[in-house]
Amino acid sequence: MELFQAAVNGQLGTIGYGLAAIGPGIGVGIVFAAYIQASARQPESAGFNRTWLIFGFAVVEALALFGLVLAFALR
Amino acid sequence: MADQPFLAEDTPFPPGAKDFDFHSLIPSLRGSEWGYAVTKLSVLVWLAVAILIVFFLMAYRNPKLVPTRGQWLAESIYGFVRNGVAGDVIGQKEGLRFAPYLTTLFCFITLTNLFAIIPFFQISPNSHIAFPIVLAVISYVMFIYVGIQKQGAGKYFKNALFMPGIPWYLYFLITPIEFISTFLTRPVTLAVRLFANMFAGHLMLLVFTLGGVAMLNASNIFIKGLSVTSFLMAIVMTFFELMVVVLQAYVFTMLTAAYVQGALEEQH
Repeated sequence: MELFQAAVNGQLGTIGYGLAAIGPGIGVGIVFAAYIQASARQPESAGFNRTWLIFGFAVVEALALFGLVLAFALR
Repeated sequence: MADQPFLAEDTPFPPGAKDFDFHSLIPSLRGSEWGYAVTKLSVLVWLAVAILIVFFLMAYRNPKLVPTRGQWLAESIYGFVRNGVAGDVIGQKEGLRFAPYLTTLFCFITLTNLFAIIPFFQISPNSHIAFPIVLAVISYVMFIYVGIQKQGAGKYFKNALFMPGIPWYLYFLITPIEFISTFLTRPVTLAVRLFANMFAGHLMLLVFTLGGVAMLNASNIFIKGLSVTSFLMAIVMTFFELMVVVLQAYVFTMLTAAYVQGALEEQH
């Protein structure tokens, strides 16, 4: 019967952080890809877009940072 | 450490949240309620405040038409925040009166973050969440105050919570989301973003330097040799931290400006 008991030991927070980083990882990639594409198509807009690049990056990145903080907080 | 056969017994390898505990610099205060009043972190904050006040007073005490080096530096920092953040994000007409506060915020966060990589300081006060929370609360109160001042309390909250131009039954869905995103997650993410970046940066540097020491103390000769890689990574990560330090100060300033702009806007 003990065969069917799943058990995970050790630092679950680390696994949680790994899972939490997937979404923001994809999101940050999309943000930077869109910035590169936009400034390749219209190089003169690169300076204007950089503000919103940083804005989008910061907003997306927040979720991964929540994961990091919770991994330490929820011991 | 039984499961780590190559490490010496007394090497403090996996760094954790305990590495962020600082004892009082005055030994007689240790353990009392004033125990956290004079730590390395609070001394660093006072130091940052002193450096900024002295620097800007010195730079503007005797302004010249052809600027000296200090005046040039102060003017370019102020010009960058005034034009790049206040002017571009909030708008030339309304934004310029926020430029002094935004410049102060930018300089203070950059300097306190920079302590994370300056030798012998090696810790940023912002890696304790108390300091980012204070900064975020100031921004939070400021953008709500500015919105109420500009539009009046009723109109401000109506604009913030009830988006115009959607069917009435969608307000049951949209209004709670808008409330949570504007009034709850904004200050929390502002504080947590700055804190977590500095916390993670310090932790990463600790992993590579302490890991290098642990590998140097190992019994296996190959692991001893590989510790060079770990120390090299610590140096690379220090330069990466330099980028994160300036970027996070810019992000914090720019998000504050964007929130103020959102509060000033008549409707969005």
